[in-house]
Amino acid sequence: MVNAPESDIADIKVDSIGDFTFPERNTFDAGRGLSAKTVDYICDVKQDPEWIREFRHKALEIFNSKPMPTHWATKDLESIHFDEFRYYLSDGQKPKRSWDEVPDDVKKTFERLGIPEQERKFLAGVEAQYDSEAAYSNVKKVLEDQGVIFVNSTEGLHKYPEIFKPWFGKVIPTADNKFSALNSAVFSGGSFIYVPKGVKVSHPLQAYFRINSEQFGQFERTLIIADEGSEVMYMEGCTAPKFETSTLHSAVVELVAMKGAKIQYVTVQNWSSNVFNLVTKRGIAHEDAEVRWIDCNIGSRLTMKYPGVIMKGRRARGEVISIALANTGQHQDTGAKMIHLADETTSNVISKSISIGEGRSTYRGQVHIPKHLKGCKNNTECDALLINSNSRTDTYPAISVKGNQHATQHEASVSQVSEEQIFYMRQRGLTEAEAMSLSVNGFINDLVREFPMEYSVELKRLIDLEMEGSVG
Amino acid sequence: MPETLTPPESSLAQTAPAPPSGLPFWFTERATAAWHTFQSLPTPGPKDENWRYSSAGRIPLDSLHAALPANEQQEAAADEASIGLQEAAARFVFLNDRLVRADRHGLPFQIVCEPFLDALEKHGDLISPVLMQQPAELGSEKFAALHLAHVKAGLILWVPKDVVVEQPIEVFHWVTADHSAIFPHTLIFAGENASVTVIDHYRTLGDGPCLSGAVADIVANAGSRVTYAHCQELGEQATGYHLSTATVEKDARVLSFQAQLGAAFSRTENISHLRGAGSHSDMLSVAMPIGNQIVDQRTLQHHAAPHSFSDLLYKNALYDTSRTVFSGLITVDEGAHYTDAYQTCRNLLNSAEAEANSMPGLEINADQVKCSHGSTSGPVSEEELFYLKARGIPDAAARKLIVQGFLEGTLSRLDHAPLRALIEQRIEEKLSRLCVTAD
Repeated sequence: MVNAPESDIADIKVDSIGDFTFPERNTFDAGRGLSAKTVDYICDVKQDPEWIREFRHKALEIFNSKPMPTHWATKDLESIHFDEFRYYLSDGQKPKRSWDEVPDDVKKTFERLGIPEQERKFLAGVEAQYDSEAAYSNVKKVLEDQGVIFVNSTEGLHKYPEIFKPWFGKVIPTADNKFSALNSAVFSGGSFIYVPKGVKVSHPLQAYFRINSEQFGQFERTLIIADEGSEVMYMEGCTAPKFETSTLHSAVVELVAMKGAKIQYVTVQNWSSNVFNLVTKRGIAHEDAEVRWIDCNIGSRLTMKYPGVIMKGRRARGEVISIALANTGQHQDTGAKMIHLADETTSNVISKSISIGEGRSTYRGQVHIPKHLKGCKNNTECDALLINSNSRTDTYPAISVKGNQHATQHEASVSQVSEEQIFYMRQRGLTEAEAMSLSVNGFINDLVREFPMEYSVELKRLIDLEMEGSVG
Repeated sequence: MPETLTPPESSLAQTAPAPPSGLPFWFTERATAAWHTFQSLPTPGPKDENWRYSSAGRIPLDSLHAALPANEQQEAAADEASIGLQEAAARFVFLNDRLVRADRHGLPFQIVCEPFLDALEKHGDLISPVLMQQPAELGSEKFAALHLAHVKAGLILWVPKDVVVEQPIEVFHWVTADHSAIFPHTLIFAGENASVTVIDHYRTLGDGPCLSGAVADIVANAGSRVTYAHCQELGEQATGYHLSTATVEKDARVLSFQAQLGAAFSRTENISHLRGAGSHSDMLSVAMPIGNQIVDQRTLQHHAAPHSFSDLLYKNALYDTSRTVFSGLITVDEGAHYTDAYQTCRNLLNSAEAEANSMPGLEINADQVKCSHGSTSGPVSEEELFYLKARGIPDAAARKLIVQGFLEGTLSRLDHAPLRALIEQRIEEKLSRLCVTAD
């Protein structure tokens, strides 16, 4: 039984799944704004090794020197005032609230989604954690026996530098973009996973039961390494809305699939609608390896996220399955990057977006096949569904193919829920909202099936919820 | 061979154009303003999304100068080589932005169909409200300004209400390949229910660097039909840009077609503004770059009114180390419900070194919209090749047939048979040259 709502969970040391020790509570605060001092402060608090301190400082310089990417991205980025944020929070500064302070609509959503009582308080930020020990201790035992490392990233870099260091920051270089540089300067939290050769992790790993509030951190940093022939599925986030007060989130996720390995990374993002969610996610797939991103974005004010796969070894495979739902006040700017760097590599992108009310969803894609290769294939499909007359959707793919030994195809379509379908269902006694959500669920059904069971059930309920009040 | 002129100490980038005298005041004023705009605008840089995968630096402003008058031999050579349609309602030949020939025997008398300068003098009031009134939105604002600063040749066509011009109007634009630059203009104004077909040819006299910086303004009023084709066959060292904007009103129909066959670097920007219910725009293109040729295509299908329709089909067959860039955008304004918009770009890569870049885009702000875009890139299908070879057709001929079949999908949508035959013949000529060198 683990239950310590008052403790500073950011600094809980996790030896392995479900086995926790609680350090003394700290009241660290890095103050507002971002400077070299902030970075030093974070290093001190986290007792970073010297190479990490250098890494952070260099990243800060790069962050400061890079302009906002507004020449292609939305102008909404300009409303981010970097000086107003706290870049490191610990116990003393953690927002505390009682259940009564949680907004009614959030409570209602919990109710509708059927979130267990204990999880509700946790998700709403009332309680720091909930008891997962009982449910997941079996998983923990199996993982231990297989030699799987599953810890938070701070612990990863302290305890396993020989595995951590060679890949950290290699898939996504600090200078990749402004926000990856920001993350590199101030990261805390996130997961580090190493799956040994040939190990197939049967149960999906979830930050959820790593019990560590850092999983929801602002600047989480995740590194997953699947050694030769291994398989792992990682799940991030959950369908329940997360009630957030810090409004800038910028994560970096790096995946490394060694020869013949398979990594699936599942995200369900449902931040509250004041959050800027600017994420960089990329995986490297070596020979015969496969990296799959299964991504669902429902919440946040602005999400910019383009999961990528670098197919570095022969016959490597990359896949992005993406669902985005943008309601009024939201902009889901998502997409995929497929970089083919070896022969006979194949990639597949399937993206479906739904715009409701004044919501805006955007697909941006990049497919790159250089000329010295042969036998590369890409398939990209993006479909958009517009619910209301002022909903908006954009598609901006870029496909670059060199040489005559490859095949790429890209297709996109924009459509509405057909009036005929709605009429048919209403005739059979469904309300307009019910008919609508049935239709929308049908639109994304084949993608929802890619998610683990409990996620897909919750996703369906969530879409029902979002569809309410969008018609009529 | 025509004698070459010594390039004077001037360049497009630095030397202000010297406009002919006696032009209307409003025009010289606009041209001067355009020159200032050109000078004040920076050359689009590599970060400019409108120039992604391409480079505005490929338009060599410093080493070119505005074309000087050609000599008589050159004029005769251009005139003689201006072979196009068998029958045309009117035919104009320009060399270095000067009129060489004007035949206008088959025109209904109400219509205005004049070389640029003549029209400016006689019909300035008609031209002023239409001439380059739509902004160059796809990245070439600077080059549009350069055009307006220099323009003095091309076709001004004004077809009044209900007038149907049966035969097409054909215009040849020649430029001498001695660092000369021409700026041909095409203005087509179709009154209500009028109908007209125009084809522009862009060609080079000699082998050497030169530039054709063309702009086309097309206004199709309610119920009218305009078919506008352009066939770019500039020389191997030439640079070309062609910026075309069509405004399509209620129930009007515009079909634009382009064949990109020549030039070292060719940039086209093709815009359709669909402004009325029932408006319809077809945008078609074929390109067949060889050697190091670069074809850079940008398109915009802008739906500003409900119940409008647009369909774009661009096909590129690439050879050698050539490159193509296709960037297309469909925008559907708020309130432009019941829009149908389609966009397809297909690339057939015939060599291991060719490169095709496509960026098909959509921006939808309306409801009850049917939109799709598709883009494919791939080699000649081995199965198709096998089928033909199994019937005794040699490899080279089989490949040629497949490429022709591939391009035919676009050509067949050009609903004017003689025009289609002419362009097919130009493509056939280039393909034959290619197959000879390949054997």
